[in-house]
Amino acid sequence: MPIIDAILDDFFWRALIGGLGVALIAGPLGCFVVWRRMAYFGDTLAHSALLGIALSFLISVPLNLGVIITCVVLAMALVLLSRTRTLATDTLLGILAHSALAIGLVTLSFMPDVRVDLTGLLFGDLLAISREDLLWIYGGAVLILLLLTVLWRGLLMSTIHEELARVEGVAVERLRLVLMLMFSLVIAVAMKIVGVLLITALLIIPAATARRLANNPEIMVAMAIAFGFVAVSGGLSLSWHLDTPAGPSVVVTAFAVFLLVYGAAGKVRT
Amino acid sequence: MTDPLVSLKNLTVRFDERPVVDHVNLKIHRGDIFTIIGPNGAGKTTLIKAVLGIQKASSGQVSVKKNLVIGYVPQHLTLEATLPLSVKRFMLLSGQPLAECESALARTGVGHLLNASVHHLSGGEKQRLLLARALARRPDLLVLDEPAQGVDINGQASLYDLIRQLRDELNCGVIMISHDLHLVMAATDKVICLNQHVCCSGHPADISHDPAFIETFGRPVAESLAVYHHHHNHSHNLHGDVINGEPHNAPSGHGGHKECDHAHH
Repeated sequence: MPIIDAILDDFFWRALIGGLGVALIAGPLGCFVVWRRMAYFGDTLAHSALLGIALSFLISVPLNLGVIITCVVLAMALVLLSRTRTLATDTLLGILAHSALAIGLVTLSFMPDVRVDLTGLLFGDLLAISREDLLWIYGGAVLILLLLTVLWRGLLMSTIHEELARVEGVAVERLRLVLMLMFSLVIAVAMKIVGVLLITALLIIPAATARRLANNPEIMVAMAIAFGFVAVSGGLSLSWHLDTPAGPSVVVTAFAVFLLVYGAAGKVRT
Repeated sequence: MTDPLVSLKNLTVRFDERPVVDHVNLKIHRGDIFTIIGPNGAGKTTLIKAVLGIQKASSGQVSVKKNLVIGYVPQHLTLEATLPLSVKRFMLLSGQPLAECESALARTGVGHLLNASVHHLSGGEKQRLLLARALARRPDLLVLDEPAQGVDINGQASLYDLIRQLRDELNCGVIMISHDLHLVMAATDKVICLNQHVCCSGHPADISHDPAFIETFGRPVAESLAVYHHHHNHSHNLHGDVINGEPHNAPSGHGGHKECDHAHH
């Protein structure tokens, strides 16, 4: 259709449509990051995305695929390593997060023929969203929302009380793996818009904002999605009008909304 | 006699070669109330987890009746502050219809808290909520890990009383861990004194006279619960292993612990 074509030909609309798709899945997954205290874990996965990009160039596979596979492998490694308990989890995450980022940067510097926009990868780029990226984002979104709907009760129960969930027949370990896969997917598709360094912010800030107003998990998820929409559309408009980098603009907007909600809600309570 | 709900045969769980639960045999039938007592590190929670099927046995067997529904009341419900949750939503997550959830809450005395946030409940209310959640599943077996934790003395007595009533109403089996010796002694059918292996087990009246019990809990405690004592043919070292003077302290020679018959007089 010509109208849709006209919209998708415009890079700003592509970024906005893509960003809203990302917010749609960042909302519910962000809630799980907040509930399960996985902020640092999310950061580690996001940092490994750069390594994924380097490896994709090296063995020439599509970037999104390379990032997903790298994130999944790293997530599995983290799960296995944290079971050995020789290092505290946060130490382990600190080592892997920064090593993955550093190895990614070093590997990229060894490939002089490959021209990558490093700033764009680290902080997001409004101009970088292609039609193919939109397919990845919305394909990922449909898959993640479907999985979340089907697995919702088990995921929530194992977040509330793991042993109780296990006794009630929830496959806790399998769900943990599915959750890791979903995180890897959201990082791969969100990377281009908000950038590797700021993906965790898009997961956490809208969810934390929603927590102030929600009294049930499902309402918190819905609100987190809504706040994500506000952050993305506000941030991308900011980026468009003031020529600021896309990722930081989105995060600044999310943070402003966070301050606004906590300030206003605090006043109501007392 | 009907088939037992759960039966443990020579159940042993080792952590790093150290036996935490050592050759425990146990059969739980409908209508039974078992209380596991024992000092810290005696393997009580591990034993319960094996019954629940969330702790693998190193050796021995845990067999469970087909389609057994277990209602589990964990020690704590520590909810992450970032996770908003109402009592109603928590109950509905059991997968049971609302009417069932409401009547379970009413039965444990917290029906009025349906719309409250779980974060705002007191310790006693949380225990009753957990019990209601277990109840809503209409369990064949109720498993409780220190159900009266954080409950005041009066509350404790009525909670144990409630557990006994629920056993009668549901005709389920009950197995629980407890530190409230006086209440346990008054309200339980059968006590298992655990110290890696089963030190002694039986009716509360008998067990408080058992030397193994006295050995485990110390004489003042035992004497406050019993009026006479008798011989004990083994003692425990710090690891809970039996030391006997006889060539008995090799870990492998601990099989079944059959030689622990206690002479009464």
